Amino acid sequence: MKKIFSMTVMNRPGVLNRITNLFSKRNYNIESISVGLAEQEGVSRITCVIHVESDREAEQITKQLNKQIDILKVTDISDQAIVARELALIKVLSTPQTRNELYALIEPFRAAVIDVSKDSLVIQITGESEKIEAFIELIKPYGIKELARTGTTAFPRGTQKPVNTQKTYSIV
Amino acid sequence: MLQQAALTESKAKAKTATGADLLLKALEKEKVEVIFGYPGGAVLPIYDKLYDSKIFHVLPRHEQGGIHAAEGYARISGKPGVVIATSGPGATNIVTGLTDAMMDSLPLVVFTGQVSTNVIGTDAFQEADVLGITTPITKYNYQVRNIEDIPRIVKEAFYIASSGRPGPVLIDIPKDIAASVSIPPEEQEIKLPGYQPTVYPNYLQIKKLSEAVSRAKKPVILAGAGVLLAKASKELKEYAEQQQLPVIHTLLGLGGFPADHKLFVGMAGMHGCYASNMGLSECDLLINIGARFDDRLTGNLQFFAPHATVAHIDIDPAEIGKNVPTSIPVVADAKEALKELVKQKGKPPVHTEWLEQIRKWQEEYPYYYGESATLKPQKVMEMLYEKTAGDAIVVTDVGQHQMWAAQYYQFKHADRWVTSGGLGTMGFGLPASIGAQLADPDRCVIAVLGDGGFQMSTQELTVIKELNLPIKVAIFNNRSLGMVRQWQEIFYDKRYAHSKIPIQPSFVKLAEAYGLKGYEINTAEEAEVILADVLNNRDPVLLDIRIDPNENVYPMIAPGKGLHEMVGAKP
Repeated sequence: MKKIFSMTVMNRPGVLNRITNLFSKRNYNIESISVGLAEQEGVSRITCVIHVESDREAEQITKQLNKQIDILKVTDISDQAIVARELALIKVLSTPQTRNELYALIEPFRAAVIDVSKDSLVIQITGESEKIEAFIELIKPYGIKELARTGTTAFPRGTQKPVNTQKTYSIV
Repeated sequence: MLQQAALTESKAKAKTATGADLLLKALEKEKVEVIFGYPGGAVLPIYDKLYDSKIFHVLPRHEQGGIHAAEGYARISGKPGVVIATSGPGATNIVTGLTDAMMDSLPLVVFTGQVSTNVIGTDAFQEADVLGITTPITKYNYQVRNIEDIPRIVKEAFYIASSGRPGPVLIDIPKDIAASVSIPPEEQEIKLPGYQPTVYPNYLQIKKLSEAVSRAKKPVILAGAGVLLAKASKELKEYAEQQQLPVIHTLLGLGGFPADHKLFVGMAGMHGCYASNMGLSECDLLINIGARFDDRLTGNLQFFAPHATVAHIDIDPAEIGKNVPTSIPVVADAKEALKELVKQKGKPPVHTEWLEQIRKWQEEYPYYYGESATLKPQKVMEMLYEKTAGDAIVVTDVGQHQMWAAQYYQFKHADRWVTSGGLGTMGFGLPASIGAQLADPDRCVIAVLGDGGFQMSTQELTVIKELNLPIKVAIFNNRSLGMVRQWQEIFYDKRYAHSKIPIQPSFVKLAEAYGLKGYEINTAEEAEVILADVLNNRDPVLLDIRIDPNENVYPMIAPGKGLHEMVGAKP
């Protein structure tokens, strides 16, 4: 299953190296990682998406990350109400004949054309990963020349839905 | 006017300090008594200042020896061991020691030189990416980028190394920063918002544990090195006696609970005793205090403590539930948690049958060894124990002799046992014994080594001579890499691939070459006489104890098997 971890870290040299090192040392399977400054000075926010086998593994990842001295806080936000976004830039082939068709696809996805040249367009799209996947699938037949994705960045929504936290635990 | 200006200038000059000055001052502030260091180009500015320093400096003959000595020092003294190595090869030579200290939670503060900041990244002479190399094998590491940061970084390093779950901290110092001059900065506080170890236990968890103990029919304590690191032996004894709980030790935990106590069961794990392993397999409540459920202890996890409710006291939350699902987690320092547990005065469990059962196992299946014409290593170990009244510091290398020492030397006190447990580093024993002796100069230190491991750090004999340390180097010589040979015998059809090393130097002559006394021991009678003699004086000595080369360590749990599937528990 996919888990999203959101963490705040001290903005010190080598901190990203420490985190990726930990992932490879502990054999965690990472899908994406995005890093940027957070609201506080000297603090960065890192969002990473990791494939785990079980909840126990997810808990272990949280604990191992927490142990890092440069990491201030780690939260597994997979089960919370979150806002998660990703940005992708796609350079797609376009001839005068296909240009209108492409525009017709771009519009419902609320993507934007940010560069036009003789034989290609650069499209910028933001949204959840699934939306971007779907858009890429649609665009593929036209011929994608280049593609760059940022990976998911996320944090919890301001208001959390009251969720049914009652889970059944077994002692055995 | 001019005079005034000259005066302020000279005043400023008197106040300035180089990076190396600041470093040594910071070390003095941390009350560092001994440094294990090896000079080199990038640390010359630091060594120049060390020349005038009061701090005692030990020069190992290889950086790896230096860091292992610091580990031995840290294990016995409880204080961080301090190491200095130069850049490049100096730094890469301490990688094994850092990993070893990380695995066994030993506090170290390690300084490495680095090439000057203006050439970092240019593959300069003796440059290595020390931060990159050591990130996964240190608790934390620093590279100094501003001279003003030195006092704060050193302070933080000592704090990180010795608090929470101890571990090695490395500080990489570029040569130009050590040499550059600055006005000493004002005292800076430690700034570590992301590092706040939990020392005091949660009251509700303690209560829950205390109640579980009262209800238990077959409780056991599994005590690991966490008890020693927290200096909690007294509290452990008090609690075990109050609740009448049998105590099982891990390899690294030995000495945390007196081996001559009636509640002491023994060491558990791959070569642990029958009663301990059966105790873990049959118990209904397992209280782990400061052990990390290492695979050499648990055997196959599928069969580990199948009937037990598991409680785990550990200062490192990431250890709880890592290998064994835990129902009662207690994140705390072992000493504080045990104090709270004693205070609870819970109703002791009703479990006389269980204690009786454990006693029966102990009587029925003690460690044993056969008698033969050849010298049995276990016999020698028993002699060492008797002749030192169980009060010596025993430092071992890794392999068969390590297991025999753990089995046959009965540790009655804490901090008498130094061994490389987690990483299993050959070559650890001899240098570690130097550190142990420096930490406790008056006590008898025995370096129990194999002939393989001894040859990995032979060069450190010079240090024993140089400092005239009364270390008894006891080489259990079976002319082979015994543990490897044992596995090949059992699991690889007796195909002894490169595990026999019959061609050896004369260890006695080698000792003499280093200016030490050496004796060869071939029989139990010789052992009796020579041990009685050398353990009675304060001279360094090397003993080449020629033991039975075919002797194996038993009992044993084969890899992939459960604790209950011991072989060789009985003749």
